[in-house]
Amino acid sequence: MDAMKPAPFTYHRPGSLSEVFDLLDHHGGDARILAGGQSLVPALNMRLATPTAVIDINRIPGLDGIRLTTEGLHLGALARQDDVERSPLVREHAPLLAQALPNVGHVAIRTRGTIGGSVALGDPAAELPACLVALGATVRATSRRGARAIPAGEFFRGIYTTALAPDEVLTEVVVPRPGPDARAAFDELARRQGDFALVALAAACRLSDGVMLEPRLVFAGVAGTPVRATRAEAALAGRRPEAPVLEEAARAVAGDLDPPSDVQASGPLRRHLAAVLLRRVAARLGTGS
Amino acid sequence: MTDAALDVGVMVNGAPVRRRVEPRRSLVDFLREDLELSGSHVGCEHGVCGACTVRVDGALVRGCLMLAVQADGCRVETIEGLAATGEILDLQQAFAELNALQCGFCTPAMLLTAQEALRRDPGADRARIRQALSGNYCRCTGYHAIVEAVHRVARARAGEPP
Ligand SMILES: Cc1cc2nc3c(=O)[nH]c(=O)nc-3n(C[C@H](O)[C@H](O)[C@H](O)COP(=O)(O)OP(=O)(O)OC[C@H]3O[C@@H](n4cnc5c(N)ncnc54)[C@H](O)[C@@H]3O)c2cc1C
Ligand code: FES
Ligand code: FES
Repeated sequence: MDAMKPAPFTYHRPGSLSEVFDLLDHHGGDARILAGGQSLVPALNMRLATPTAVIDINRIPGLDGIRLTTEGLHLGALARQDDVERSPLVREHAPLLAQALPNVGHVAIRTRGTIGGSVALGDPAAELPACLVALGATVRATSRRGARAIPAGEFFRGIYTTALAPDEVLTEVVVPRPGPDARAAFDELARRQGDFALVALAAACRLSDGVMLEPRLVFAGVAGTPVRATRAEAALAGRRPEAPVLEEAARAVAGDLDPPSDVQASGPLRRHLAAVLLRRVAARLGTGS
Repeated sequence: MTDAALDVGVMVNGAPVRRRVEPRRSLVDFLREDLELSGSHVGCEHGVCGACTVRVDGALVRGCLMLAVQADGCRVETIEGLAATGEILDLQQAFAELNALQCGFCTPAMLLTAQEALRRDPGADRARIRQALSGNYCRCTGYHAIVEAVHRVARARAGEPP
């Protein structure tokens, strides 16, 4: 019995970034980078993707680190989602990620799925991109032409579309060190645990004498990219997360979002859920959890 | 010919195995078709049903979302291996006693996932067990008996009365 489903491809397992650049040069647009494989392999199995070459970057040393520098918390492209979720460094310096990651698929998905893969894919309902925008993180990419840093807020361009050029490899994400007054909270609404979110919200701010400063409210699942709810942010800024303030922000969010309808949920339902999430998540900004 | 087979060496359930494998072959198809270890099942082939779950270097993974060539140099454990070592004997017994399986299609992966859930969270209550098993579909039991079986084992391993 022939159980092969993906279309044929050649398999490459480079040991360094420069070998990856050679392979990308050589195969042009017909090659795909394989990281955790939790989005690419389903696409191969269903022949939604039919690359002629697959470049497995999993054995390139030094790309999977989780480390703290004066700049911030560095998450290597190959850091597994499960390792990041459980990392004490992440819990201390980017607790928003530790809160959000349990919502990404299931354990057996996160043990393989990588930080870089989720960011490079740019799924509109993905949790990580929204968190990185809320935290003001930076995405680092390298190509033969050199290395560059792209603010997360400018990285996501549309559905499955990012600022990454075809010859670039995402190498790491850097989350700035939070100050002592930093607060962040995450929640989402999905049909079932582990499903992609219908709507997700990553929120961050500084809390000074109980007052929210520089709030950032970033929704996923409501457009092609993570969306900052600037009207709702303005409704929270400089105020305490108390019921009337949350109500005002929840009303304002309707003007920030114009979510699409699909088989999972209608646009109006998503907008309603966004307001529900906003009340829940913004209330938690005041309690520090 | 773009699909040239590659040499792959894997430690499967403690025994070294070396085969020529086409790059597009998934790990679970390699186990089932090439090694005739048919305990890992194939349902959806896109990561959703969980039936193909195995352990690679100790980590729970979807066998349909890893290429066999990626397991080169790795340790792979399947339900056959876990059953042989007796690691999950108590789970197997609880599943049988509480009717936590009917057709059995989901069972091997359910057992591996339950074992990992209890390793990570030994004191798991029913709600946390349900959440930990939420990535494994069962089309027969309605899940209730599965959650009961795993919960019984959690309590027994903690030395609590059933
Ligand atoms: C059942 C299931 C449920 C899931 N649920 C969720 C969910 O709820 N939320 C969520 O966010 N995700 C979910 N996912 C997707 C999962 O998080 C993937 O791990 C993630 O989207 C892609 O990461 P990866 O490392 O697996 O990347 P891969 O699948 O290997 O790659 C994804 C894409 O990114 C490119 N790429 C990967 N790494 C790099 C790099 N370093 N540089 C340049 N390009 C790169 C690849 O070429 C490919 O195009 C789910 C997946 C499954 C199978
Ligand atoms: S066959 Fe792998 S998850 Fe369904
Ligand atoms: S027992 Fe039949 S699918 Fe679970």
